Amino acid sequence: MTTTPAVTEETPVPAVRREALHFALRNGKLVAGLVVVVVFLAAAVVGPMTISYGPNDYVGPAMAAPSGEYWFGTTMFGQDVFAQFVYGLRSTFLVGVLGGGLAALIGMAVGFTAGYRGGLVDEVLNMITNIVLVLPALVVLLVANAYLGVRSIGVQALFIGLTSWPWAARAIRAQTFSLRSRDFVDLARLSGVRTPRIIVREIAPNMSSYLFMTFILLFGGAVLVAASLDFIGLGPTQGVSLGLMLNNAARWSALQLGMWWWFVPPGAGITAVVGALYVMNVGLDEVFNPKLREM
Amino acid sequence: MLRLDDVSKVYRAGAFGGRELRAVSGVSFDVNAGEVVSLIGESGSGKSTLGRMILRLTPVSSGAITFDGTDIRALRSPKAYYRQVQGVFQDPFSCYNPVFKADRVFAMIKDEYFPRVAAAEWRERVEGALRGVRLDPGQVLGRYPHQLSGGQLQRMLIARAVLLDIRLLVADEIISMLDASTRIDVLNLLADLRAGGLGILFVTHDLSLGTYVSDRTVVLRHGSVVETGPTDLVFANPLHPYTRSLLAAVPRLHARWDEEEADPGETPCPYHGSPEGARTRPGLAEAEPGHFAACSGCAEGAGAPRKLAKEKA
Repeated sequence: MTTTPAVTEETPVPAVRREALHFALRNGKLVAGLVVVVVFLAAAVVGPMTISYGPNDYVGPAMAAPSGEYWFGTTMFGQDVFAQFVYGLRSTFLVGVLGGGLAALIGMAVGFTAGYRGGLVDEVLNMITNIVLVLPALVVLLVANAYLGVRSIGVQALFIGLTSWPWAARAIRAQTFSLRSRDFVDLARLSGVRTPRIIVREIAPNMSSYLFMTFILLFGGAVLVAASLDFIGLGPTQGVSLGLMLNNAARWSALQLGMWWWFVPPGAGITAVVGALYVMNVGLDEVFNPKLREM
Repeated sequence: MLRLDDVSKVYRAGAFGGRELRAVSGVSFDVNAGEVVSLIGESGSGKSTLGRMILRLTPVSSGAITFDGTDIRALRSPKAYYRQVQGVFQDPFSCYNPVFKADRVFAMIKDEYFPRVAAAEWRERVEGALRGVRLDPGQVLGRYPHQLSGGQLQRMLIARAVLLDIRLLVADEIISMLDASTRIDVLNLLADLRAGGLGILFVTHDLSLGTYVSDRTVVLRHGSVVETGPTDLVFANPLHPYTRSLLAAVPRLHARWDEEEADPGETPCPYHGSPEGARTRPGLAEAEPGHFAACSGCAEGAGAPRKLAKEKA
């Protein structure tokens, strides 16, 4: 809504933005979700700056419980769990945003085009979507990794983005199908509006919360895929991620040894970030859809 | 101005597209400048499909629709076409994007066609158009579609079409959503526009409205024309049994259904009962100058037409 230019002559752009902001700030779900996400994002951005050593440095006593010195305790080998956590959050956000964002972009482009154009264009795009959908992603990654030999968060995100878009494309295509037959799309066509503009300004705003939810799901999915890639040894060779922490904790039997501080922070971190994004999505739905607002 | 020549629309139906569904078959008529043509037919007779084809929203299967002599399929710029031809649809609720305010339909017109008009002047024009359809601008501007009534939304759509200064309006059931008092206002507005040279294709199932506004009438049944001609001729002397049953089905203020006069009985088929020389158009025989009627179904043995009046009683 905020990206749309003047809705009417009497409400110039700032007024429209102010109205959306007004409803956004009054929405408890949106604000609560946003606060959680912002807190974690701030921890990811600021946290590493306050720590003088690296996340994998052996700095403290082994297997120490949380204390004033090591907030989240230390690992089996004396690494600071808090340092790992904030560095891990950083790479997790990065993979989520880049991978999820790329997948969302591809999914939207394919889904909108296929759904709106229909016919032969739809057939071809649908075929490509289905091919990518049934592609054994992990096997392709193994082969690609063996040939390319590049291991960084960026490459990981690129790979996740290129393989996880098909379901998003299918979902958006289905939604677009149902929306394009509505009369207001015809009315926009009668007003001489071009197809890309109709998609962006008529169809997409009607499913903005749906699109945001798609991104959230892709974000969460990217985080989880990244964790499993880390596990099979195809993650970034340098650094740490929340998934890597969980896997290390599992590998060194943290649960059996009672070292709850090793696996609870990364697990709770992933859950809190993805959960907060879900709650935000519900709130955004109410902001974007005037019918859900209380009058 | 607008000419339909043997226009058909065929849909593929069935699980594998094996069956064909003819929504419109072989329809031909003209709409001239300053003329109101009413397209009358029951639900599913193909009248809305025809309207959509004229508006280029649905492709034509066969035949040609020409506007000022150019086939509308061959038009390079639909935008220029829509500058001259506009439509108002049946269902005003679905014509508005529920996420945005209702007056966005005006902003869209301004963005596309009048980007250089000053905001204040545009506002004047919008308010003028709204007053033309008996709406209070202060009441409808800045509201969301779900806050307005169907009649208000419908009239805003008419105002939107008026803003463009068009030459042809496809009005698909535009009166059905309005209540009796605004109905006459809108009809009078259409009459004013017609006096200014606007051609109107008035799609309706309501015959009394059809007679009130139109110069010529096209009666459509199962996708094909059964009777067409000047409205006074068609209504004074309905030839096709279907037109007759439609006319008989119009409710009257002072008569009850059971007081209706008895069925006149068998009448000769307007097509096969006519002299050979009168069959000047495919499937249509000219009974009076400009008054054409199709076969009543005698050849196919389809039997007597449905008695609408009795069914509804």
